[in-house]
Amino acid sequence: MTVTPKGFAGELRTSPVSHATITGIGGYRPKRVVPNSEIVERIDSSDEWVRERSGIIERRFAGEGESVVDMSVFATEPALAMAGIEAGQLDAVIVATVSWPYQTPAAAPMIAERLGSKAAAFDISAACAGYCHAVSLATDMVRAGTAQHVLVVGVERLSDFTSPDDRGTAFIFADGAGAAVVSRSESPGIGPTVWGSDGAQWEAISQTESWIDVHEKNLGWPHIGMAGQTVFRWAVWGMAPVARKAMDAAGVTVDQLDAFIPHQANVRIVDAMAKQLGLPADLPIARDIAYTGNTSAASIPLAMERMVRHGEIPSGGLALQIGFGAGLSYAAQVVVIP
Amino acid sequence: MADQQEILSGLAEIVNEETGLDPSDVQMEKSFTDDLDIDSLSMMTIVVNAEEKFGVRIPDDEVKNLTTVGDAVSYIQSNQG
Repeated sequence: MTVTPKGFAGELRTSPVSHATITGIGGYRPKRVVPNSEIVERIDSSDEWVRERSGIIERRFAGEGESVVDMSVFATEPALAMAGIEAGQLDAVIVATVSWPYQTPAAAPMIAERLGSKAAAFDISAACAGYCHAVSLATDMVRAGTAQHVLVVGVERLSDFTSPDDRGTAFIFADGAGAAVVSRSESPGIGPTVWGSDGAQWEAISQTESWIDVHEKNLGWPHIGMAGQTVFRWAVWGMAPVARKAMDAAGVTVDQLDAFIPHQANVRIVDAMAKQLGLPADLPIARDIAYTGNTSAASIPLAMERMVRHGEIPSGGLALQIGFGAGLSYAAQVVVIP
Repeated sequence: MADQQEILSGLAEIVNEETGLDPSDVQMEKSFTDDLDIDSLSMMTIVVNAEEKFGVRIPDDEVKNLTTVGDAVSYIQSNQG
């Protein structure tokens, strides 16, 4: 017997393809400022040592009333206001995080609920590359017509997963949230994403033990560890070509950029990448890490939010953003600054 | 193939570019950390630049064994391709 289709596949209805752009950006920095002096004793170090190795002067640690969900809501409110939409108009909420302390459910539905949205809501796990991954997903959703407005949140409470005795990370990781609204637009606002992973370096940045080992072997609270030199080499010499590919894919040259906003991993990585890329000396480069620390998925939107708020970068200009981290995973794209 | 003296002077140039140290301070018996005050990230930059200059691959695991300038020179000399 031959099974034949009824013949209606050609009549399947889809949405027309459109453009997408970032219409709003927002950030939330926890209230408690933590200077290097508060960190250095337990890692037998000094303020000078931390500044030299990371460029970090101070960071913020979240406290009561500043959960992953709280910080996400606080970061989103100004982003929605800038985009000129209500939470009820969102079609999807994508939250990039590695420090939401529940295996399930995701943080996104609770954030949506707090905002007053019943949109599709889910989390993604791509660590420090999470925000750029989420922007890519949001862009494709809007371009394909699945959504008109997508909220992207990058949020971390890394202080919950950092050992104060770990000399490689204690002075680096911090807390915060950044949010962006990706909306349908008349003209292109988000260039093609260049992304990928290298699972051979899966252990270069990772939780020290699996939850199952922690439980069965009674290992105590795990933290996120990092092979600093390995990550530095990969980030600087591996990621500069990725950033170049993202510019090529968007048809943009370094001279046409209005900002470079890399993940705020370490100011030494930022500076070395800028050198590798041959960026013009007067190009604004995000160095939010000095006062914010490394907030993983939150670092790029937080850095962009600060630069926009301070008038350092022009609305309508082009920013090259690149996220890279645990996985190892990475994603980069050129975007129009909201 | 570069000989020991050529590798040392090439390495001294790389160290000078990364740290500003006078190339004449980069001597075989000097320790990168204790004598030259080179931190782990600068060391990685020096390693990557040395790889390019001498056509050698220095794995991350090997970098921690390069305590002195002489260690680096010997490694490069015996592994250059």
